[in-house]
Amino acid sequence: MRGWLGLILGACMTMSAHATLDIEITGAGEHQTPISVVRFGGEERIAGQPISSVVSNDLLRTGLFKLIDPAGKAPHEPGEVRYVEWAGVEALVIGSVRQLDDGRVEVRFRLLDAVRHAELIALAVTAKSDQVRAIGHRIADLVYEKLTGSAGVFSTRIAYVNREGRHYRLVMADSDGYGEQTLWSQNEPIMSPAWSPDGKQIAYVSFERGHATVFVQSLVTQKRTVLADFSGSNSAPAWSPDGRQLAIVLTRDGSSQLYLVRADGSDLRRITFSETIDTEPTFSPDGKMLLFTSDRGGKAQIYGVAVEGGFAERLTFEGGNNFSPRFSPDGKSFVYSHFNGGTFYIAVQDFESKQVQILTPGGWEKKPSFAPNGKLILFATESQGRGILATVSSDGRVKQKMVAQRGDIREPVWGPFLKQ
Amino acid sequence: MKKLILSLVLANLLAACASDPAKEAAQEPATTAPAATATEPAAAPAETTAASQAPAATESTAAAAPEAAAMPGEVSVHFPFDVDAVQPEDRATVQAHGKYLSENRGSKVRLEGNADERGSSEYNLALGQRRANNVKKLLILSGAKESQITTVSYGEEKPRATGHDEASWAQNRRVDFVYK
Repeated sequence: MRGWLGLILGACMTMSAHATLDIEITGAGEHQTPISVVRFGGEERIAGQPISSVVSNDLLRTGLFKLIDPAGKAPHEPGEVRYVEWAGVEALVIGSVRQLDDGRVEVRFRLLDAVRHAELIALAVTAKSDQVRAIGHRIADLVYEKLTGSAGVFSTRIAYVNREGRHYRLVMADSDGYGEQTLWSQNEPIMSPAWSPDGKQIAYVSFERGHATVFVQSLVTQKRTVLADFSGSNSAPAWSPDGRQLAIVLTRDGSSQLYLVRADGSDLRRITFSETIDTEPTFSPDGKMLLFTSDRGGKAQIYGVAVEGGFAERLTFEGGNNFSPRFSPDGKSFVYSHFNGGTFYIAVQDFESKQVQILTPGGWEKKPSFAPNGKLILFATESQGRGILATVSSDGRVKQKMVAQRGDIREPVWGPFLKQ
Repeated sequence: MKKLILSLVLANLLAACASDPAKEAAQEPATTAPAATATEPAAAPAETTAASQAPAATESTAAAAPEAAAMPGEVSVHFPFDVDAVQPEDRATVQAHGKYLSENRGSKVRLEGNADERGSSEYNLALGQRRANNVKKLLILSGAKESQITTVSYGEEKPRATGHDEASWAQNRRVDFVYK
């Protein structure tokens, strides 16, 4: 990691809205690394959120870092760092930003080991001037990965539905909730966005044809295609890990049942034959198993079935009803929404030990999904009567709420790692 | 919730009947007394579009204008939490609609199933569909033809009442009859 590495971020989406978010973080990790992120030289001359604050907010949200105030010290190059002044800090992030003649922006950053006085990462990034936030997330990913050993998810995206009265928008945003981009909007409901494994398409349910229909939209061309439009409801799309097929739910034969269909809409196969409600399928990371929600036992519970169908095993036995299962990225556990006594909680259950852990204090907490590194869980909750985004660390220690300016946020889902 | 479920055992038994045509047919003569307005001669099926008009208003219209078969005044049936079976108190209403459809073969109805917000949105979409399907079964047993009926579920997506309380939820757990 010596010397400057060149990296050019690919052209991303334009039209990012500058939504203001109110972010509240509670709790802390068991061990917090003391780190200081120094204001980058020249960052105040670039429009938008200062890059050092993008980096420090990302790190703060994990609960794994203790942000130490630089207290006026402002080194931008390694030669300007006097390590004696940084006692108690284990890692130091410094850098600078400058506008290039062609209008692009160059960001240089270094991660320094303040204990061993060593340079851990040095990087120079050139990108369009509206990509400064993206660079900040990338820097946070590199710092996180170097210091924790796990892949960072700050550069990944999330999708959700924003409802304002009768107006629905399918939205994509940065993992921190900023940089909202509207992918589709209409005065009919939108539900259940689902990312393709390569992050280039989103499948979702739209009522624009008068009933629930499954669409797939390309995030590259924005082109929309109909995946399933049978009579009754067509809903709950979930991609297989290889991206070649989707599990969907159809009511064309009566009650909601699970089906598989190729990504081009061909080769429809029914998987469950229950006469009850079977819905919300989700693939295991190895693609061999589906989890789903069913009321075949009288109340909604989570079941597992082989992808080719057959015997469905009941997996949850907690009191109340359980909904919306999602596998952890390592396949060892699953997260779901647990409803009991009029309250929704986010719960995680280990496959091997069958142990259940309730991760959240309870509220209107629905639709959990893991970050692709398995360290955080995104879900929808409510604050002052409005749907908002929230995250909880997978050990339940660190919680975060993100209150958007307007609208009712529903159905969030965390996107995959994007191939560089 | 247990209490609620217990009190619904009867409803579920009735639903079980509804799914058995032979049993249902045998039972039919016993369960007469469809909605009074249905047997009364009344207004032709005036452009009933929205399913949200007050039942009382429709009933009085029906009484005032004697003519051919009346469209039943009640245009919604309601359900308990997490239940999809037509409730005993609503069977007469559904049967009256079935009779109306059997006497007006040109009429078509769309059954719109809805659910309250307790549950996941996908589960509620499924639940709304089951409610509409069960009303459809009973309509067919009451004389309507399958070709006269379409069903759709809006799940929890189009709540009539937006409060987060039982009063609102009760209004949202329903199937609407929308005539075209």
